[in-house]
Amino acid sequence: MSTDVIHLDDVSRVFPTEPPVYALREIHLRVGRGDYVAIVGPSGSGKSTLLNTLGLLDRPTSGSYILNGVETTTLRDGARTRLRGREIGFVYQSFHLLPHRSVAENVMLAEVYGGHPRGGRRRRALDALERVGMGHRVEFVPGRLSGGERQRVAIARALMGSPALLLCDEPTGNLDSGNTEAVLDLFDDLRDQGLTLVVITHEDTVSARADRRVRIHDGVLTEE
Amino acid sequence: MDIRDLWIEALAGMLARPMRSALTTLGTVLGITTLVVTLGVAATAGNQIVGRFDELIATAITVEVPDKPAGLVAWDAPAALTRLRGVTSAAALAQNDKSSNLIVTANTLVDPTRVTGKSLVVVGSGPELPRATHGRMTRGRFFDRGHVERHDRVAVLGDQAAKILGVTGLESSPAIFIGGRAYTVIGILGDLRRERVLSTAVIVPSTIGADFGLKNVTRVLVNTTLGAAGLIATQAPVALSPNRPGVLRVVAPPSPQHARDGVQDDVNGLFLVLGLVSLVVGAVGIANVTLVTVMERVAEIGLRRSLGAARRHIAAQFLLESTLTGLTGGVIGACLGLVVVVAVSAARQWTPVLDVRLALAAPLAGALVGLLAGLYPALRAARMEPVDALR
Repeated sequence: MSTDVIHLDDVSRVFPTEPPVYALREIHLRVGRGDYVAIVGPSGSGKSTLLNTLGLLDRPTSGSYILNGVETTTLRDGARTRLRGREIGFVYQSFHLLPHRSVAENVMLAEVYGGHPRGGRRRRALDALERVGMGHRVEFVPGRLSGGERQRVAIARALMGSPALLLCDEPTGNLDSGNTEAVLDLFDDLRDQGLTLVVITHEDTVSARADRRVRIHDGVLTEE
Repeated sequence: MDIRDLWIEALAGMLARPMRSALTTLGTVLGITTLVVTLGVAATAGNQIVGRFDELIATAITVEVPDKPAGLVAWDAPAALTRLRGVTSAAALAQNDKSSNLIVTANTLVDPTRVTGKSLVVVGSGPELPRATHGRMTRGRFFDRGHVERHDRVAVLGDQAAKILGVTGLESSPAIFIGGRAYTVIGILGDLRRERVLSTAVIVPSTIGADFGLKNVTRVLVNTTLGAAGLIATQAPVALSPNRPGVLRVVAPPSPQHARDGVQDDVNGLFLVLGLVSLVVGAVGIANVTLVTVMERVAEIGLRRSLGAARRHIAAQFLLESTLTGLTGGVIGACLGLVVVVAVSAARQWTPVLDVRLALAAPLAGALVGLLAGLYPALRAARMEPVDALR
């Protein structure tokens, strides 16, 4: 077995509407450990479908998807959920922080599911917050943070449990240029620490920072 | 998922919107309050009514003695009966059909223009009668053992009988005439609280009763202490007639338990239905709000799924939230209900009666309502596809 984190082979996803929509067409993609890959493409190109497939939120119609050495297309729902919780950290455009919970609680939420020990959870959350430079905002509620700060909290949450893959969906879509820069710097740091990053974006400033760019158009993937 | 984490998440979900949660519990609060008040007030009131019965009826036993065979119960039987523990007083009476309809007159004048004779009951008795009937001598005195043993021709009138006969004062030692014989009236017995028929009777010493065929004891009045009636009812026949206890007929008061049950059955039905209806309304309210909450928190559900939450984790969280909402309503409702029961009791000067099981079951009923109400919303939340939830 290879050391690839992501190994997509001949993956297609067809939505059974009338007429059928071919969101992904026989896609091949390999992402190695420590890679920093940007997936770019206009809206409607199949970006979201690819993200959902990579994030185990959606099942391909055909083909094979091996995540960190595990063939995922044959897994049942429960096993996929466990694998998702263990191997993937999600970062969303709209952060998805719980508004009534403190920053620390939001980060700790990542370890609520999936059999993580309760002991030391707060310590690990504080470490993750320290890692993204948010150690000084631990007891704030998300509503009192700036967009950039919120996204860093969300990244800290994604880093909990040491996932194999950080999957980012338009992570700077709601941020101004200054905050975008800060988040991208953080991504560089994380890559230097050996984390595997896949960033889906339509912004060139974001994709320019990645080591590798992959373009998707009408469900077809091409390396740049 | 650790059960403690589940609790924390559910509590946080409930407390995220405290005002909404408070309003959601309102239906359950009303339902549980109604139920607790209904059951509590009914139990309290039932006990009060029984308490009032206790003083008069629940302690009164009557033993009917058949006319034949003669001499079943001796005239000194009441004395023997009061030796039983629990008997406070007892008196023997003699009355038969013949003595129930005797013409009594207050003088011997024959006035053809008027009906002077009154048809009254004549009863033979021992000296214990006033105590056994809880009566009071409004005038004069009752006859004593001396009168009985000397065969004195004295009589005591019931207060109504005295009025009918026109006997108002005893200063002139009035006499009454029964069957041509004169009897001196020595007292008037009034304020009878049992055996009230005696207020229209002429009561004569048992030894004089033979004049009217009243030889044998026909009835024994027994009063007991509270709670002793049941036991005394079984012992009295043996004590009164050791040889033939079986032929005596004992009229004992109804058991207090039955009185209580009867009262509750009457009062409760309507209010119980009312309480149950409010509970159903409360459940619908919780179901509605939980469903709205689920729809509002679609993104949160998606996030939790992406963090590795299985469908059952999502379902468990929403189910626990609605159950906690119901439980809160149940606890508040039970407290309010108990306060109302105590307040009603205080206003009526009753002793509040509280069934501990009721106080404990009410919050559980609330929780059950919440659990049932949360089933459908929790199912909806669990069925949600993470892809749709995160869109």
